[in-house]
Amino acid sequence: MADLTSDFVGIKSPNPFWLASAPPTDKAYNVNRAFEAGWGGAVWKTLGEDPPIVNVNGPRYSALHSNERRVIGFNNIELITDRPLGVNLDEIRQIKKDWPDRALIVSIMLPMEEKTWAKYVPMIEDTGADGFELNFGCPHGMSERGMGAAVGQVPEYIQMATEWCKKSASIPVIVKLTPNVSNILPPASAARDGGADAVSLINTVNSIMRVNYDTLTMYPTTDGMGSHGGYCGQAVKPIALHMVAEISRHKDTADLPISGIGGISDWRDAVDFLALGASNVQICTAAMVYGFKIIDDLTDGLSNFLDQKGMSSVKELVGKAVPSVTDWQHLNLNYVEKALIDQDLCIECGRCHVVCEDTSHQAITSTLNGERHFEVIDEECVGCNLCVSVCPVDGCITMQHITDGIDARTGQPISKEAIDWTTHPNNPMRKRS
Amino acid sequence: MHPPLGRPEALIAADRCYFCFDAPCTTACPTGIDIPGFIQKIRSDNIAGSARTILRENIMGGMCARVCPTEVLCEQACVRHTHEDKPVSIGLLQRYATDPILDKNITLFERGPESGKCVAIVGGGPAGLSCAHRLSMLGHASVVFNRDEKTGGLNEYGIAAYKTVNDFAQREVEYILSIGGIEVRNNVSLGEDFKLSDLQGEFDAIFVGFGLGSVNDLGLANEDVEGMLNAVDYIAELRQAKNKGNLPVGNRIVVIGGGMTAIDIAVQTKRLGAEHVDIVYRRGPEQMGASRYEQEFAQTSGVNISHWAKPTKLLTGEQRVIGLEFERTTLDKDGKVTGTGESYSLNADIVFKAIGQSVSEETLGAVSGTLDMQSGKIVTDDHRKTSLPGVWAGGDCVYGHDDLTVSAVQDGKIAAIAIDKYLREESNNG
Repeated sequence: MADLTSDFVGIKSPNPFWLASAPPTDKAYNVNRAFEAGWGGAVWKTLGEDPPIVNVNGPRYSALHSNERRVIGFNNIELITDRPLGVNLDEIRQIKKDWPDRALIVSIMLPMEEKTWAKYVPMIEDTGADGFELNFGCPHGMSERGMGAAVGQVPEYIQMATEWCKKSASIPVIVKLTPNVSNILPPASAARDGGADAVSLINTVNSIMRVNYDTLTMYPTTDGMGSHGGYCGQAVKPIALHMVAEISRHKDTADLPISGIGGISDWRDAVDFLALGASNVQICTAAMVYGFKIIDDLTDGLSNFLDQKGMSSVKELVGKAVPSVTDWQHLNLNYVEKALIDQDLCIECGRCHVVCEDTSHQAITSTLNGERHFEVIDEECVGCNLCVSVCPVDGCITMQHITDGIDARTGQPISKEAIDWTTHPNNPMRKRS
Repeated sequence: MHPPLGRPEALIAADRCYFCFDAPCTTACPTGIDIPGFIQKIRSDNIAGSARTILRENIMGGMCARVCPTEVLCEQACVRHTHEDKPVSIGLLQRYATDPILDKNITLFERGPESGKCVAIVGGGPAGLSCAHRLSMLGHASVVFNRDEKTGGLNEYGIAAYKTVNDFAQREVEYILSIGGIEVRNNVSLGEDFKLSDLQGEFDAIFVGFGLGSVNDLGLANEDVEGMLNAVDYIAELRQAKNKGNLPVGNRIVVIGGGMTAIDIAVQTKRLGAEHVDIVYRRGPEQMGASRYEQEFAQTSGVNISHWAKPTKLLTGEQRVIGLEFERTTLDKDGKVTGTGESYSLNADIVFKAIGQSVSEETLGAVSGTLDMQSGKIVTDDHRKTSLPGVWAGGDCVYGHDDLTVSAVQDGKIAAIAIDKYLREESNNG
């Protein structure tokens, strides 16, 4: 059995799955239930100054559903905790006392004044919590007041606030980043420069879910008016993975520990984040959709996967896929793949044909001798993977690497020599050897 | 037979559709409904659009959603069979899309600009009504001559009551007629009240879709004794009965035949309280006109189905049926059904004849001799045109027709399109 225990910048937990700072971690009652269910840690819902903020009393959430009403994407406009600071601090203290082996991190969001940080940081650390997470990511409401994503979008502010926190804190400080930026590297570097022990990402993405088709107003609304929220859930995972990988593969930020967040709902999603450089993961939406019990599959699935891979700990998996991420310009342009349809598995739905015919390269037949038949035409196939993506039968269409002979499409011999854009003859800016 | 789908079930069922290219289900549908297209519209809650996609190819899409043997048509062709053996529930989805249209009487089709032409339609069943509706869409008026008291033909008189509750057939007829331009004259019979030649001068074209007149006899002695009944007549009577409990039902029923009508009458009498119901068919289960699903449905309803036996003698007592003698059958080397010599008998107080219907002499009357006929049925070309100038035909009275409602609707539609072309060419030439 692989070792699932986790040590994230000195914060220990029995497994690498923490509940992200969000509604599920707003109260001792919920966190207690999570720890009973087996979660490795929790990041307490963001604390702010007293008096507490006020939340709307109408819809705070809405979802993008599949037709089976599976939640694919999720949107929220809830702000930080709306309970008095003292109540939260008492509960955090008690939870840490009751669950000493679990990681308990406190998320905080404070105005951009040094004295405020100097006042609250020691007070919160006194609860016995294991670390801070600085919420520079919340994209709705709080950002209008100059906090949350408003800080996370300005690297100088990130660095400044991180420094203020570090001055008063003796426990690790994690900076939570917003994805609502065009390049994640400057914010990550700013966190590192401010002294952050780690970053966590992503927070939610600015979003409006849809329109109400009866009233033709945005949906949902509070008394007829709506405001953009933060988008999360499975739909945002690819966005998060890209940002995690960017931080992992760039030399300036490669050493910065990452807590991966964004659409993780089963153990495979966790493998994605870990392999792309996150040291642990945080989860919220999946728990809000299915409850805390999902931790069983998360831990069990990850453990079985590690065993299968012959890895003895999570640490061995971290960053494994990072070396495979590069810039487009370094991809081998002499490498050729073509799709192959397994005729025994093919159900003859013809989806591959019609999408290739309509939107791509006219590289799949629809008939053979007058009979319904779908087969790749190597002379036309550019290896784009569209047919693989739309085929409803898993494994029916696969991409085959052509290693020698002639590429039927170009008529050119397959070259064993790799050539990328930087050296390609068609590139007027190519590097000359 | 199946309860209708609610929205959550329909969305899940619709999600199973792969939206196939050149969809095999559409090819398998006698009316060529764009099935992936209508299912896609269910997925997006575009029910009116979905219903229009169905009804523009098959105006009786509502009835066909109930009575079509989908398991041998669209659903058999579904690619989901390949790995799962569980097709998309196309019939139920079609019902989901079309029921609200009739329930709320939503207008989906409008009468085309009036051509001034008028077509006579002989027969108020699926073929005739389909033809009349399409003619109306194309701008032509029509008069439907219907021999029964109610319009709808076998939809009204020939389908077992359990398949079409809440007077669905009549509601569908009303919906079809609501397009306008269709005049219905009920209780008028071809051959008795009018002749085909009467119509030829009066109308610009004629469509014949009068179904079948009488049930074949078994070819046994004493077939007119008490207790020998015609399944189609009985179903018609049953459908119209106010109190179905008052109809006479036997205790030991034998049904001769292998089609949908045989299944209908067997299940219906079982439901009405008959103790033993046997269907006897002279060939095997694969050759039965009733689909495998219908056969299983009858069997799970308590009906016993015996294959490979033909009736040889009617057993009577006091001028009524008391049983039947059968000879076991097999196929000879030419593939023809032949008796084995081995016989057995069944007790019966009612025997239903539900064997191949054919056009009767009386019904044909005046048209006989002028129409090309084969095996007692009218011969048409691919456009449903008969050998008689200006006369088209469709439905059960046509040779080679497969006795399905959906095929009758298709005949009416194709004929209407051909008639439209004929009338427009005629105007241009005139």
